[in-house]
Amino acid sequence: MAKGDVARARTTRGAKSAPAPEFVQLLTPEGERVDHPTYAVDFTDEEYRGLYRDLVVVRRLDAEATALQRQGELGLWASLLGQEAAQVGSGRALRVHDMVFPTYREHGVLYCRGIDPIMPLGLFRGVDQGGWDPNQFKFSMYTIVIGAQTLHATGYAMGVAKDGKVGSPDGEAVIAYFGDGATSQGDVNEAFVWSSVFNAPIVFFCQNNQYAISEPLERQTRVPLFQRAAGFGFPGVRVDGNDVLAVYAVTRDALDNARQGQGPTLIEAYTYRMGAHTTSDDPTRYRIASEVEAWQAKDPIKRVRAFLEKQKLADSAFFDAVDEEARAQAVHLRERVLAMPDPQPLSLFDHVYAEGSPLLDEQREQFGAYLASFEGSGH
Amino acid sequence: MTETLTLGKALNLGLRRALERDDKVLIMGEDVGKLGGVFRITDGLQKDFGEERVIDTPLAESGIIGTAVGLAIRGYRPVCEIQFDGFVYPAYNQIVSQVAKMHYRSQGKVRMPIVIRIPFGGGIGAVEHHSESPEAYFAHTAGLKVVTCANAGDAYWMIQQAIASDDPIIFLEPKRRYWEKGEVDTSAESYPLHATRVVRAGTDCTVVAYGPMVRTALDAASAVEDERSLEVIDLRSLSPLDLGPVYESVRRTGRLVVVHEAPSNLGIGAEVAARVTEHCFYSLEAPVLRVTGFDTPYPAARVEEDFLPDLDRVLDGVDRTFGW
Ligand SMILES: Cc1ncc(C[n+]2csc(CCOP(=O)(O)OP(=O)(O)O)c2C)c(N)n1
Repeated sequence: MAKGDVARARTTRGAKSAPAPEFVQLLTPEGERVDHPTYAVDFTDEEYRGLYRDLVVVRRLDAEATALQRQGELGLWASLLGQEAAQVGSGRALRVHDMVFPTYREHGVLYCRGIDPIMPLGLFRGVDQGGWDPNQFKFSMYTIVIGAQTLHATGYAMGVAKDGKVGSPDGEAVIAYFGDGATSQGDVNEAFVWSSVFNAPIVFFCQNNQYAISEPLERQTRVPLFQRAAGFGFPGVRVDGNDVLAVYAVTRDALDNARQGQGPTLIEAYTYRMGAHTTSDDPTRYRIASEVEAWQAKDPIKRVRAFLEKQKLADSAFFDAVDEEARAQAVHLRERVLAMPDPQPLSLFDHVYAEGSPLLDEQREQFGAYLASFEGSGH
Repeated sequence: MTETLTLGKALNLGLRRALERDDKVLIMGEDVGKLGGVFRITDGLQKDFGEERVIDTPLAESGIIGTAVGLAIRGYRPVCEIQFDGFVYPAYNQIVSQVAKMHYRSQGKVRMPIVIRIPFGGGIGAVEHHSESPEAYFAHTAGLKVVTCANAGDAYWMIQQAIASDDPIIFLEPKRRYWEKGEVDTSAESYPLHATRVVRAGTDCTVVAYGPMVRTALDAASAVEDERSLEVIDLRSLSPLDLGPVYESVRRTGRLVVVHEAPSNLGIGAEVAARVTEHCFYSLEAPVLRVTGFDTPYPAARVEEDFLPDLDRVLDGVDRTFGW
């Protein structure tokens, strides 16, 4: 299919007659465009190239962060390697007013929101707890406790509805990210219940990367995850999470449904965590190399490149320029990470309460005096 | 027989002994099977005892503890691993309202031989939720027992004693000490589970610690041994507390500093101070002082050294008891 054949993604609702595909796919691993009865994209040549650029930059920044951790400049890094399409596709489907509730791995979504990629690195370097203003960036803080953010997202979405910001094409939508492991948590299941009962304008975006640290998907479920939505009373759809076009189409559709007042959707982006769970993890202890190799063939970036080449939408000069741009961004990021100042000792007392506390005032004062007692002692 | 083991390996061996001794013992938690736990405390156990006994659970702490309750009613002895301190809270409801109260509610007809292992405390440069000291929440709850080991020998024996106990036990493991080596006498069970131990005798000031801070207190005692003789006591059991040896010590030294990583407000130190004041009032030369983490959330890794009591802060506390 040539680009532009279908004007806009349409809704899946009521499309039960079509045989259920394994997942929605618009771009094969070989870079062939395929049609889908329900979902389509309509990108300009420039937009296709833009998606490729996003994917490459996001992967390169991620590699830089992994390297920084190896060199001791970050305490930890949770790599998104392999999940670029799931994050770029969904991230680019968001509108400016849509709100994101991430886990700790959504660096690609953050990038697509136009946020400086340095923002979460304070958390991983250990200079802060990853504190930014969710409302300023329309991107909530990274959440480490598995599943907690899905309830926050649901409550935020309920607030959007209360504010009358749903029910029109200009409505606001909320997206909550989580992993396959998280689907076992009570919080996530409660979020499904609440969003359904209150018809909240939310998209639950599950990146099924096949593992929760060492535990394979079978430890969390015996049915495909997207099918769980039915039991809660809203649609679920599985998309090829390594196909940026399909992820975009499916996410945009679900967001539009949410903003129009049609309630939640669960999207299962079927993908693979190519690297370790985090830099603390050693995946060779629980999975075999051939499995990883099989997924290499489904790489999310290779297929877009193949598509651009086949369609003659980009030449080698373009690809070189993207690589160079990604490299430059990575260097820039590195320099700024190295320049991050360490927090001052007394800063640990800051922001515990909005209105302060006499107990903390006393402790801060005592600790300040204690630290001062070492001054000049060469301690 | 005596072996030199790391604290982590001693726990692993202790768990192995418990699995061998009683086939009702089960190990359950996230990543405890094939991976052997993120700290490898259950390394090799699934391989040797099978997936029926060493169970990788779905990712849900409330589920881990709630199903352990049912398994216990059915006659099993679940040993649950919570991956990090900060992830126990989804299970808090099950622990406080069910695990802790079953025996009472059933008028003694139901026992809860459940062990909940939690790596706790900071000092490993981790991100949020990976360095907390939640002991007071549990010690405050009637029906739960709370213990913590500070060295390899105790790790090996205390985990086995906890598993053998018919009461539910929160078993806190000082994660930053997992790699510290110690002597383990595997032939003789040396000491009761709920008993305090004097780990260094001294005459000038008593320093009470537990878990990760025992090492810090011992280092502090060594650092000043030429000037002052500190007696270091490892509480080991936080609920019930065994304060007899502490009273005895304070009656000799007249001074007490209690050290823990957890915040001071309503912490274990507060309880120790109150009871020591009640029992040793006329022996005290100075008020009981606490050297603890601050009453803030556990901070970012690059300021955790400032949050955590260290050798200098312990000695500062000792000095202050002398300056009174
Ligand atoms: C409540 C809670 N329990 C345990 C953990 C430790 N932990 C961190 S990530 C993780 C696995 C998460 O798997 P999944 O939800 O599939 O997301 P992924 O990391 O694969 O993206 C676990 C168990 C945690 N962060 N929070």
